[in-house]
Amino acid sequence: MTAHDPGLARPNAPTTTYRYDEFDAVFVRERVAEFREQVRRRLEGSLTEDEFRPFRLMNGLYLQLHAYMLRVAIPYGTLTARQMRRLADIADKYDRGYGHFTTRQNLQYNWPKLVDTPDILESLAGVEMHAIQTSGNCIRNVTADHFSGVAPDEIEDPRPTAEFLRQWSSAHPEFSFLPRKFKIAVTGADHDRAAIMVHDIGLRILKSDAGEIGYQVVVGGGLGRTPFVGKVIRDYVSRDDLLAYLEAIMRVYNRFGRRDNKFKARIKILVHEKGIDEVRAAVEAEFAAMDRSVFSFDPAEFERIAAFFTPPPYEALPAESAKLRTQGVEHPAFGNFLDMNVSPHRVPGYAIVTVSLKPIGGIPGDATSQQMRLLADASERFGFGELRVSHEQNIILPHVKQDELLDLWKLLDGAGLATANAGLVSDIISCPGLDYCSLATARSIPIAQAISKRFSDLSRQRRIGKLGIKISGCINACGHHHVGAIGILGLEKKGQESYQITLGGDPTFSASIGEILGPGVSAEQVPDVIEHIVDFYLAERREGETFIETWRRIGHARFKDVLRREGEDGADI
Amino acid sequence: MALISDGRFVEDDWRRLADEEALPKSGKVVVSLARVEHALAHLPEGVSLGVNVPNTTDPASLALALPRLGLVEIAFPAFADGRGFSLARLIRRAGFKGELRASGRLLADQYAHALGCGFDTIEIPDDLAERQDESQWRAARAAHARTYQRGYVAPGSILDARRKAAAR
Repeated sequence: MTAHDPGLARPNAPTTTYRYDEFDAVFVRERVAEFREQVRRRLEGSLTEDEFRPFRLMNGLYLQLHAYMLRVAIPYGTLTARQMRRLADIADKYDRGYGHFTTRQNLQYNWPKLVDTPDILESLAGVEMHAIQTSGNCIRNVTADHFSGVAPDEIEDPRPTAEFLRQWSSAHPEFSFLPRKFKIAVTGADHDRAAIMVHDIGLRILKSDAGEIGYQVVVGGGLGRTPFVGKVIRDYVSRDDLLAYLEAIMRVYNRFGRRDNKFKARIKILVHEKGIDEVRAAVEAEFAAMDRSVFSFDPAEFERIAAFFTPPPYEALPAESAKLRTQGVEHPAFGNFLDMNVSPHRVPGYAIVTVSLKPIGGIPGDATSQQMRLLADASERFGFGELRVSHEQNIILPHVKQDELLDLWKLLDGAGLATANAGLVSDIISCPGLDYCSLATARSIPIAQAISKRFSDLSRQRRIGKLGIKISGCINACGHHHVGAIGILGLEKKGQESYQITLGGDPTFSASIGEILGPGVSAEQVPDVIEHIVDFYLAERREGETFIETWRRIGHARFKDVLRREGEDGADI
Repeated sequence: MALISDGRFVEDDWRRLADEEALPKSGKVVVSLARVEHALAHLPEGVSLGVNVPNTTDPASLALALPRLGLVEIAFPAFADGRGFSLARLIRRAGFKGELRASGRLLADQYAHALGCGFDTIEIPDDLAERQDESQWRAARAAHARTYQRGYVAPGSILDARRKAAAR
C-alpha cells in the first residue's frame, strides 16, 4: 500500500479547514523569505546570537539539548491529509523519520539542521502551513477543541474564531515583543476540551439571551512554575467587540506585565499581583478609550472564514449503525476500541475516532512518517480527508461512518495504531523531558513508558476507567502535570531525579490545580506509587465515581496516607 | 548614534540637551521628561522642543505638552522590550502629529513593527548601524508589505485588500 494509492483516496474530500487566499500565501512566503534572510545575516554576523534568538523562536526554531528543534504550527489542531503527508515527507527528508505531536496541537521535529530550516518552512508553505509564532514572547498558535464542528454539545465551531485570531495575531506590530509568551485557546462547547481555564486568555463561545453569539473571556490562567486557574475578566463580549477587547488586554499586559523576572512575566502573575479587579479596570478603561471602529468586526470576513469549516457532505444515515454492536461482540478487541476510542458525533450514523499515539510502552505523541501517511490515507478513505491533533497528543478522525469503523480499526490495528486506551491510565500526556529538552531537570518519556507498561493490561485499565496522568520533566510544566488527575513532576535533587506527585488536577471548566502528595520519589518508585494510588482509589470509589470525584469526596489526606504507608514499608521516600 | 528615516541613514537635526545645559535661543533641542514642563513654560520663540521619555511613561502625563512638542523620543532599554510600541500607539492616539522616534538598540527586523505603531524615525548606536546597514533596514521593512491588523500604519492591510478584491 502506498501513500498515494488511488484506490484509497476518495474523491469526496472537501475543504474542511481554512485555505489560504493570495494574501495569506504572500504573507507566509514573506515570512519564509524574511527568516531565510535572518539566518543568512546571522551566519554573516549582521545579527548576534542574542539578536537572532527572538526571530529564530518566532519561526518555531529552538536550540535544544542535542540539536535544533522545529515546532510546526497546526492551527486549532486541524490538518488535511495532504498536510499530514507533507509532515511525513519532511520527517523523512530533514529529520529522522518521525515527529512529536505536542500538548498545544503542534508538531515538533527533533533533529533539523539550522541551514535546512528555511527549506523546511518553504516546504510547509507549499501546503499552507508554517511555524510562525510557535515560540517566542508573542501570541502563540491559537488552539481549540479537537472535537470542533462534530461534538454533540457544541454551540458553535470555535475554529473560525481561532482562525480569525491566528490572522490578527500574526506578525502583530505592537504585540510581538511581549513580556513573555501568550497562549489563547477557544472552545465552543458545553464541555471544555481545550483547557481554556489554564491559558493566558481562554475564550468560551456563548449565546446571549438575545440569541447573539459572543464570548466569555477568561484571563490569567497558566501552568508553569506558578500554576493558576484563569479568572473571568468579562462575562460576555460581543463578536463585534472581540478583537478590540483582546487588543485592550494585550496592551495592558504589554505595558504593565513584569519584565524584571522572566518567571514572573506571564499575565497570570500580573492578574495575581494586581488582582483581577484592577486588571479588569485597566482593560475596561483601555477598551473605552480606544477607537473600536477600526477593529469592528467585519461580518463578511468572518463568514468568508467560517465557510471553510462548513460540514462535509454527510450521508443521511440511521442514528445507529445496525451492524456495529454485532461487530463489537464478534471482535472483542474492536469492541474495546469502540468503548474507549470512539465518541458520539453530532450527525446521525457518524462517529469521532481517537487514534491513540500512546501504544503500551511507547513514547507519548510520537508518530513515524509511515504512521502519518497511514493516518492521511485513513482520513481520506474514512473521513473526508480531515485529521485533528488533540492536546492529549492523539490524532482524531472526526467524521467516520459507524458502518466503516470496523474497516478503519483493521487498518489502524495493522499499523499498531489501534490501542484502545483513549482517556485511560496509559493515555499519558508527557513532555519530551531530559531526553531532548534543555530546560528539563528529569526524564519524562521513560517514566511514561514505565507506567504504561505497569498498566499494560487493557482490561485492568478499563476497570480503572478514565484517569488522566500527565508528566512534566521540569517546573515549566509542558506536560500539564498540574491539571492531571495524577500529575508527575520530574525534578533534580542532589544530582538525582526526583518525582513529585500531585493529585486532583482538572483541566476543564471546573479547573483545579493538583495538590502535592508528599515528598518526591525516585524514578524506579513512580510506577509502584501510581499503582498504589490507583488501587486505593479502586477500593474507595463508589459506583460510577471518577478518580477526581472520589478524591474530592474523601479528601487529599486519605491519599497522602498511601504514600506515607509506603515510606514506612522501608522505601526511601 | 545613527538615525534612520524612511529607510535611510540621515543627519539628526535635533540636539539632545543635558539637564544642566540652558535652553538655546533657537534650534531643535530634546530635553528629558523631568524638564519638559519647565522648558515649555520658558520656551524661546525660535526653539522647537522635543522630549525623551522612558517607555514606562503614562501618556496622560504628556497630554498637555504634546501639541507643543515637535519630537517625542521613546527609549527602548532593550530591543526585546516592547513597551515602547504600545506607548507609541497611545501617544499617536492622543493626537501627537510631530516626529515620533524610537531610541535604543532596535534591530532592522523590528522596523516594520515600529513604523506600524506610529514611529517615524529610529535612533540606534553606531556599532549596530555598522552591522545593519541601510539596505538591511529597507529589506526588513519591505518584508512586511501587508499586515493582518487594521488600525496600524502599514503599506496595506490584508483585510482591506480582501474587501477590495471581493468588491471587484
